[in-house]
Amino acid sequence: MGSQGGFYQSKEFLDLVKSIGEARSKAEEDRIVLGEIDTLKRRISEPDIPKRKMKEYIIRLVYVEMLGHDASFGYIHAVKMTHDDSLLVKRTGYLAVTLFLNEDHDLIILIVNTIQKDLKSDNYLVVCAALNAVCKLINEETIPAVLPQVVELLAHPKEAVRKKAIMALHRFYQKSPSSVSHLVSNFRKRLCDNDPGVMGATLCPLFDLITIDVNSYKDLVISFVSILKQVAERRLPKAYDYHQMPAPFIQIKLLKILALLGSGDKQASENMYTVVGDIFRKCDSSSNIGNAVLYECICCVSSIYPNPKLLESAADAISRFLKSDSHNLRYMGIDALGRLIKISPEIAEQHQLAVIDCLEDPDDTLKRKTFELLYKMTKSTNVEVIVDRMIDYTISINDNHYKTEIASRCVELAEQFAPSNQWFIQTMNKVFEHAGDLVNIKVAHNLMRLIAEGFGEDDDTADSQLRSSAVDSYLHILGEPKLPSVFLQVICWVLGEYGTADGKYSASFITGKLCDVAEAYSNDETVKAYAVTALMKIYAFEIAAGRKVDMLPECQSLMEEFLASHSTDLQQRAYELQAVIGLDAHAVESIMPSDASCEDIEVDKALSFLNGYIQDSIEKGAQPYIPESERSGMLNISKFRNQDHHEASSHGLRFEAYELPKQTVQSRIPPASLASTELVPVPEPMYVSESYPTTTVSSASSDAGSTELKLRLDGVQKKWGRQTHSPATSTSSTTSQKTVNGITQVDGSNTSNSRTRETYESRKQQVEITPEKQKLAASLFGGSSKTEKKPATGHKISKSSSYMVEKSHVPKSSMEIASEKKAPIQQPPDLLDFGEPTVQSNAPSVDPFKELEGLLEPTTEVAAAKNHSSTAAATKSPDIMGLYTETPAGIHNKDDGDILSGLSNPPGTHMLGGTTRTQVAQSSKGPNLKDSLQKDALVRQMGVTPSSPNPILFKDLLG
Amino acid sequence: MIHFVLLISRQGKVRLTKWYSTYSQKERTKVIRELSGVILTRGPKLCNFVEWRGLKVVYKRYASLYFCMCIDPDGNELEILEIIHHYVEVLDRYFGSVIELTSLIICRKAYYILDEILISGELQEPGKRTIVRAVAAQDSLVETVKEQTGSISTIIAQASK
Repeated sequence: MGSQGGFYQSKEFLDLVKSIGEARSKAEEDRIVLGEIDTLKRRISEPDIPKRKMKEYIIRLVYVEMLGHDASFGYIHAVKMTHDDSLLVKRTGYLAVTLFLNEDHDLIILIVNTIQKDLKSDNYLVVCAALNAVCKLINEETIPAVLPQVVELLAHPKEAVRKKAIMALHRFYQKSPSSVSHLVSNFRKRLCDNDPGVMGATLCPLFDLITIDVNSYKDLVISFVSILKQVAERRLPKAYDYHQMPAPFIQIKLLKILALLGSGDKQASENMYTVVGDIFRKCDSSSNIGNAVLYECICCVSSIYPNPKLLESAADAISRFLKSDSHNLRYMGIDALGRLIKISPEIAEQHQLAVIDCLEDPDDTLKRKTFELLYKMTKSTNVEVIVDRMIDYTISINDNHYKTEIASRCVELAEQFAPSNQWFIQTMNKVFEHAGDLVNIKVAHNLMRLIAEGFGEDDDTADSQLRSSAVDSYLHILGEPKLPSVFLQVICWVLGEYGTADGKYSASFITGKLCDVAEAYSNDETVKAYAVTALMKIYAFEIAAGRKVDMLPECQSLMEEFLASHSTDLQQRAYELQAVIGLDAHAVESIMPSDASCEDIEVDKALSFLNGYIQDSIEKGAQPYIPESERSGMLNISKFRNQDHHEASSHGLRFEAYELPKQTVQSRIPPASLASTELVPVPEPMYVSESYPTTTVSSASSDAGSTELKLRLDGVQKKWGRQTHSPATSTSSTTSQKTVNGITQVDGSNTSNSRTRETYESRKQQVEITPEKQKLAASLFGGSSKTEKKPATGHKISKSSSYMVEKSHVPKSSMEIASEKKAPIQQPPDLLDFGEPTVQSNAPSVDPFKELEGLLEPTTEVAAAKNHSSTAAATKSPDIMGLYTETPAGIHNKDDGDILSGLSNPPGTHMLGGTTRTQVAQSSKGPNLKDSLQKDALVRQMGVTPSSPNPILFKDLLG
Repeated sequence: MIHFVLLISRQGKVRLTKWYSTYSQKERTKVIRELSGVILTRGPKLCNFVEWRGLKVVYKRYASLYFCMCIDPDGNELEILEIIHHYVEVLDRYFGSVIELTSLIICRKAYYILDEILISGELQEPGKRTIVRAVAAQDSLVETVKEQTGSISTIIAQASK
């Protein structure tokens, strides 16, 4: 009978499913679902529904929600189901809530109590169900409520429970790293779990932890290697085999971890060579999973300290991928190639045909991946071909997301490798025209800066020619009907700054154009603001030059409109313009000096100009200012408070029963002390907070502040406070858990911050180095340079032959190392220096296929050069290159010796720093230029190609 | 990390969704619409990967069902492809044959199995037998509950025999 009833219920559900399956249109489907929602809404709120029926309603709700409709009216019933005693009902409840609720949903608070209870259950299935829910539902605020129980479960006799507990902790770590930072040792312990499933699960959190802080886990290299070895040797139970591969998923995870640990660490890498080599040999390349492991091996090999034998195996695997018929494998092959060319650029050359095939392939995914590869191997010799291809592709697609990405890549490549100013401006114009609204505004600012600062470091005429050509092209482009806002901003700015600079165009012509812009795009405030400011500049320059200014009538009417504009910004700009026009030449010149957009504005941060005033006041009896850090008295108190209330501030909400305060204290103290022994306490940062006990403004002080405000406000504080934490860093919400603990964590976040900054810097420097790359390629292909493409300016042709060979194939990573080590000497934003680009190489021929071949070709020679190990020692910046004027341009690796010897004593005084070089750059470059250059040359000489920055390695190399 | 799992029929009907990252209901609908537009129109011989909003979606078709998983851009696509296959194999072992209707109707079971394979977006259990055993353990426990006569799974079990 029961089954009859059940059947009936289910039939209703089945019918629903069936009718939706048969629905012809979305509208029909929606109608059916809405009807279903009505039914459910009505029935679910009836009193005394049997559990079994309720369960079915909930399942139907899940289905409705899956189809994209709102089922929130039933959430509360799902929550109620989790409270049920029967496991079956409970499980359905848990399933439904994990599917319905996001971690920030209000109802979660109602489930926490049930979860707490279920985590203590004797029945491990109940515990498992609860842990599943924990992984999905517990948020930062509720972590403390379940944390002690989850930690206890790590020692549960059932492996399924241990595994899920590990995963839950991993999830906590992702949500709030500080909440479990004291439990890290548990992950290490679980690595030795008897059950391979638990061990495998432990690899997930460890991978995350190692990604953030490699150095603390170097001791585990041996363990990971031995685990991987055992796995590869089939020591795990047969149940873990997958398509005849021994535990491939665990192998992949381990390889990922090893790649992190061995990156730039010779010693650690040496431990891995054998096992990775074994896996290469054992992998079955006929199965998909075998290839997955192979691919991971390649990733690992390209990340760890290079080993020739492994590189060879990796190259073999890649060529097998690329030769495969399967698109998947070719895709992976292209990806792997992109990783490997960073350390051995020569392998790209043998796969040129395959790469071209992939580029021509109709499969978009493959095409995009290939563009990514090309992007990685772009040099000045092939930049035109590649960027043109990219722009063509940009025009052909509709996917805005990808358009943005590829457009910004075009910009980046153009900035790095542009062969001539004109090409650069034209390329940028194309990018802006076709993807202008998608490009990051920074790109536009960059372009303005580039035009303002100029490319050539010592050649003012080149800069002004660049500007004139920019002005010309912009005036031309303004004729087009609809232009993206960002592009218009650039145009207005450039016209304002340089429109009249070369005297080719009259002020009235330029102002007329600017007025047209402002009128044509009258609903774009930003563009109008740019236009007004540009107008102001033009008039100011005119006045300063002593010419009489008469405003065009259309300009006057425009100004009148703006003076009454609703936008205060526009209004202000218009008033300023009016005021400037009324001033005399001398005043205008100091307000709006011509071509001064890149002059530094000096800010006196010490406010020294106030000294006299302060002196006066003190003499009159005022109290002298005491810096925060020196103010006494409050210091000890706050320290004490921090300790006292550590617990309160570490949670937003209290979940513990009030009767059991001891338990929580116990569970907190060991971690804290643990942390303090593991990490070196730095006693400073907390003091910041005490001078603003009530405001809690800065992220560092927010937690400490909340401790002083006591418990009740904690939730509120944290809610606000959290906004200030950057999610990626480990800045903790439990900073004040214990002073020592808190401080070490703050410290940790700082280091991670600085690390990201470092890598950012090194990346930037990489960009800076690029002009030299161009030149190597240029000289390698010297013969093919054509005159037709000479830049109009022609300003550097005479020089071009004097540039020495550059080492274009210095892998980026090694540059990173170099740059990290001697950041100071590489500071100057040499990216501007690509104005040098005179040497015309490899002018694109008509046959596109040939062009593409050309783009792969340089690597052969590069390879040769590399084998000689004495590669053309590259100098850091074009400045120095100017020194070797006697070196012929077409130089090849045979001549390397000469270059090196020449390099060994570069006159340190030779600084060709252009007008645009910044102050910082000069000062940091100045003193030890010679020294560092020698060092740098030495590094390059060694031809080191490690894949990521590591100071230790660097020391090794330098002895 | 896997951001979400989708099962879509060839007609674009959603059969199962599981979100490991936070997406609002609106975003979910949008994601499904966008992805089914992209994936269902792809030819048979192309890559099983799609780059999408800076992430990667790995999909595979089994009968008339598309299994899709969305991963970070630095993930190993082939591995994900195998995780999908792993899931399908487990479903297969558990249910006999994974025809579309089955996996649809017993969607709750499919979720339970998925929960045993993936947890918070990471592969949790690579051993097939362990998963089947775990799910079976849950089932056997359920057997003892009186409620079960009305459960859908029983009906399905009967119906599919």
